[in-house]
This record gives sequence, C-alpha cells and structure tokens, in this order.
Amino acid sequence: MNLGEMIKSATKSLASNKLRSVLTMLGVIIGVAAVIMMISISAGTEATIADRINALGSNLLFINASFSRAGPGEGPLNQKGGLVYDDVAAIRNQISGVAGVSVEQQASVTIKVGDTTLEDVTVVGTTPDYTTVRNVQVASGRFVSEQDNERVQKVVVLGSTVATELFGNADPVGQTIYANNTQLVVIGVLAPKGLAGGTNFDNLIYTPINLVFKKFSPSMFARFMGDRVRTIFVSVDKDADMDSVSQQISILLANRHNVTLDSPDFSISTQEDIIQTQESTTETFRTLLAWVAGVSLIVGGIGIMNIMLVSVTERTREIGLRQAIGATPGDIQVQFLSEALILSLIGGLIGVLAGVGGSQLFGQLSDMRTVIMPYSIGLSFTSAAIIGIFFGFIPAQKAAQLDPIVALRHE
Amino acid sequence: MENVSLTDKETIIETIDLVKIYGSSDAQVTAVNGISLKIFSGEFVAIMGPSGSGKSTLLNLLACLDRPSAGKYILAGEDVSEYSRKELALIRNRELGFVFQSYNLLPRATALENVILPMIYRRENQVSMAKRKEIAVNALENVGLANRMHHYPNQLSGGQQQRVAIARALVNDPILVLADEPTGNLDTKSSVEILELLHNLHGRGRTIVIVTHELDIAHYTERILMIRDGKLSSDVKNGKRPISPTNVQMAVSIGDQGGIQ
Repeated sequence: MNLGEMIKSATKSLASNKLRSVLTMLGVIIGVAAVIMMISISAGTEATIADRINALGSNLLFINASFSRAGPGEGPLNQKGGLVYDDVAAIRNQISGVAGVSVEQQASVTIKVGDTTLEDVTVVGTTPDYTTVRNVQVASGRFVSEQDNERVQKVVVLGSTVATELFGNADPVGQTIYANNTQLVVIGVLAPKGLAGGTNFDNLIYTPINLVFKKFSPSMFARFMGDRVRTIFVSVDKDADMDSVSQQISILLANRHNVTLDSPDFSISTQEDIIQTQESTTETFRTLLAWVAGVSLIVGGIGIMNIMLVSVTERTREIGLRQAIGATPGDIQVQFLSEALILSLIGGLIGVLAGVGGSQLFGQLSDMRTVIMPYSIGLSFTSAAIIGIFFGFIPAQKAAQLDPIVALRHE
Repeated sequence: MENVSLTDKETIIETIDLVKIYGSSDAQVTAVNGISLKIFSGEFVAIMGPSGSGKSTLLNLLACLDRPSAGKYILAGEDVSEYSRKELALIRNRELGFVFQSYNLLPRATALENVILPMIYRRENQVSMAKRKEIAVNALENVGLANRMHHYPNQLSGGQQQRVAIARALVNDPILVLADEPTGNLDTKSSVEILELLHNLHGRGRTIVIVTHELDIAHYTERILMIRDGKLSSDVKNGKRPISPTNVQMAVSIGDQGGIQ
C-alpha cells in the first residue's frame, strides 16, 4: 500500500463520519489556535514594552538618589546623601561622551487663559538638555534655555495637547498664561510625542527648573530636600561606551558626595537594566501562556486517541477482513496512524487559520497589541502532527495486534 | 468440462500431525489432534464435521490465520508452521482466497473497491491503479455483476454480496480458495448460484476447500474430509456427479432440514 492510497483510504474513512471527525479535530483546532494566539499576544506585549522603552530616548542613564544609609528618625534634612542640582552641571562639564544631562522637578498647577481653566496640569521644571535627553522635538518657538534658568525667567513651553486645549489652532508662542496666578510667557510648543515610558509628554508644560523651585508649590519631597533632586537623566553620545560613562559618573559623584563606591548615595541604571526587568516579567507571562496552550493541545490529542479507540472497536471486523486478505500488522498500524495523523494535520491547519485570524481580530478589538510570530505557526503545526502520531499510536497498536480469527468473528 | 490440473497432481496442502491446543495448563482444549492430510491441485474438497469437531480450527490453520501448536503445515511446498504474523499475512495475500459465511465486505466501499482491496496489500507484482481496476472489473464480470460494480454492499442481495466476495477472493490469483459455509446465510436460489459459481471455478482448475455441515452440499464436491473430535475420521472420494440447479436445490433443502447433525 503506497502513501497516496493510504491517505486516500484514511481520508475516505474519516469522511464517512464527518461530524465525529470534525468534533475530534476541534480539540486540536482550539489547541493550535490557542498556541498561536497566546504567542502573538505575548509578542505584542513585548513589542509594546520595547517601544515604550525606546521612546524614553536612546542611550539613557538614570542616576537615582538613594538614602539607604539614613537611619530611622533622622529625617531627610539630616541626610548627607542625595543628588544636588550642581551635580548636573558637574556631569555635563567633567564627563566626556555625555550628549546631555537633564534634571526634572515637577509640580502640579492650575492653568488659566481667558475663560479656559485646566486643573492639575503637571509642570516640569527642567534644563535645556531635556529635549536631547527625553528625545522631544520643538514644533514652534524654542525650548527653555540656560539663560532662562539662570535668570529664573517666567517662560513656559507647552505640550501639544495642552497647547491645543488652551489656544485651539492659533499659535500660542508669545501669548501669556496664568499658572497658579503666576504670569508665564509661552516661548514654544512641543511636537506631539505621545505616551512614552508611562508619561504622556503632550499633557505636560515645561518651565526652567529654578522657576519651579521658586514659584510653584513643589512636591513634599522637593520641599524637604531644597535643591536636592531625585533623578538625573544622562544621555550618552552614540559613539561613547555606556559602561565607561557610567563608571566615570560614579567616580565623579562619589568624590563630590564624599562617599565610597562601595556604599554610594546614588545608583545608576541603564535602559538595558530596565529592559531586562521587563523581559523577565514578560517571560514569566509568556511561559504561563505557553503552558496553558500546550495543555489544550494535549487535551486535543487525548480526544483523538479516544475517538481512534472507538473507531478500532467499531471496525474490528473490517480489521479482521483486511488481515485475512493480506494486511500485515504493520499495514493495519499505518492505516490507523495515518487516520490519526490526518485528523491532527487538518485540525492543525484549521487551527493555524483560526489562530492567525483570531490574533488579528483580537488585536483590532482590544487594546492589546498582537504580533503573529511565524515560528508559532511552525511550532503549533508540528506539535499537532507529533500529538497525532503520539496519541494515534496506542489505538493503532491495538488494531494491529487484533487476532484475525477473533476480529472476523466480532459482531 | 474436463479438469486440466487434476492430472498433474501437484500437492497444494500437506499437513503432518497437525495439532492445535487452546488455553493453558488446566483448561486445555485440543481442538485439532494430529491431522495429516494432502490436498492436490485442482481438487474440490469439503471439510465436514459437527460443531466442536475442530473443523473451524482446522480451517483457520489451513487458512494461515492461526499457527499450529505442533506438527507441520506445508502450503505449496512452503513450510508455514513457524511463520510470523507478518509472513502469514503475506502468504494469505499471495496464495489464498477467502469466502466467508457473512461475506465480510467493507460496508463503505463499493463492490469494485471491495474487489480491489486484496491487490492493495500485494507486496510482489504490484500493478498500477488502472490495471487493478481492470482486473477487478474483469473479476466482477466473471461473477455476473458487471452492472453492480458501483453499488455498495447494502444495495446488493446476499447472493450478490457473496459473488462480490468470490470475485475478491480471486483477484490475486490464489492457489487455493477457502470457503467457510459460503451458503450458510443464503436462500436456496442464491445458494444454487454460489455453488454453481464455485463448481465453474473448479472446472477451470481452481483448488477449492469448502467447510460445511450440510452433507448434501458437500456431495457436490469431489472429496469429503470428515472431522470428529479433532481427528480426521474419514476421507471419502466422491463420485463425479453432474451439478444441476435441481440437484443443488434438493441438496440445499435437505441440508436445511438438518444436514449431518
């Protein structure tokens, strides 16, 4: 019996009981579709996270103040540690390979222009390097300059959404707005950037950092800390080595703060660190999903085995007859194995279509992004085939081992 | 209708002290207890015996469906006593044709597909799909079913189904046709047709062994082997009697009234 005949004969036998064959396949269809969808959802999640991290700005170092050496009850003011505003200038002037250094001090204000009032707008006090470091573009006008900071100029740069909300389509540059009764002149508007790293840059307004220290009711943290800052962002030159820059900064800050490198009062992390943390989270997520999908594939396989066992019992006489006219145990085994395999392959094929279609539909209907990974199609289809052979084996073995005399007498 | 191959007397079946024991230790049943016989090419032989005589077991052994516990079975010069299941399957395919009491056609295959089936399992002399079909069509024409080739078994009468089965038994050109109560499920008219068909095959030189419990059907063979308690109790040459529908009809009706039992 050659391959073509075997496939033909197996297909015929499956076609003779269509409903049962389809129901049997359903398990595999769901399993394969689940594998593809799970992988595409987790791949989509990873892609979203990667995009967010990239949108933070490339080659970024985060220097965070740490106060771990402070004992309880000492209060933040008594601490020696932490980053100070002067550290920003020191890093920019003394470290090579630094493209920009920025620092942020945020406060919440109420903005008024004419009749329009916006409550709880976050004002970001920052330095000129902010545009480089956070990778934002100025659409019109200019960003905060060094001079603005030194002279504590009452100027503001608007995020694109805020600009539209306050001034509609008109150009806001040169207009004045009131932030908590402080009159500010709009000097620029940022190009839309959207959500990046959990921050919507379009909803913010930007002023010189010294203005925030001086005029706006800063956060509790800032009020206690004076000119101390929480985070300094360093953008490293594309050609420079991140590790080397990070090391130079460590040494510089340790000297400035008079601490040793073994117990610093700050910590430096790179984007890579953040990506690694995110990846380990998504990996757990992905592994869990893969297990769930894998289990459903196995359940599908058990369904195939169940039906094949029923089929062997039902067709005992047929098996006996085939044996009598010359089918070897091997022939019988191959016959039932190929039926199981065809069931799982057709199921796999439909499952792939369902999985790809389902992933796309899911991506469109929900907030979650889905990315169909080509390997997931190969993986799930191959798994379906392996499952067909694996779970078809026992029924096929049972059929092949039937005694032709007993099988022929079977009612 | 002179039999051609009777003259050359080639031995098709030879058994030497054939024994078949079922069960183990305490519950042993000796179904066949030392049967030695020879059947020659072109013979038309009936195996008879009451239920439990061991005739079915003997048939299973001769049909290579089972292996003897002791003794030898030589089929066409080949000692098959120790053959594996696979080797026996190949022997059955190559050398034997089967006709069963209950026809055993595949219900979801047409008459033609049923007849093609044995050729699918051929290992030697594989022929093309077209050639197989040609052989099968030919075989169905020979049993008078040319116009029923694409019918399914449930669209055929019992006699027609049995004729399909006979066509199936012949497509691999076996050296021996084994028929197990071939008329057991049939009415008188169909039985006549089947017996005529077997008689014709015999006339053309086929070696046929038929198992029956009806003496009057057995009378239309050349030789009757009587089995009792697992042993060959008699081996009688039967005088040549011309077969005619009336004779067979009579035989069947007598057989229906009790046969040998």
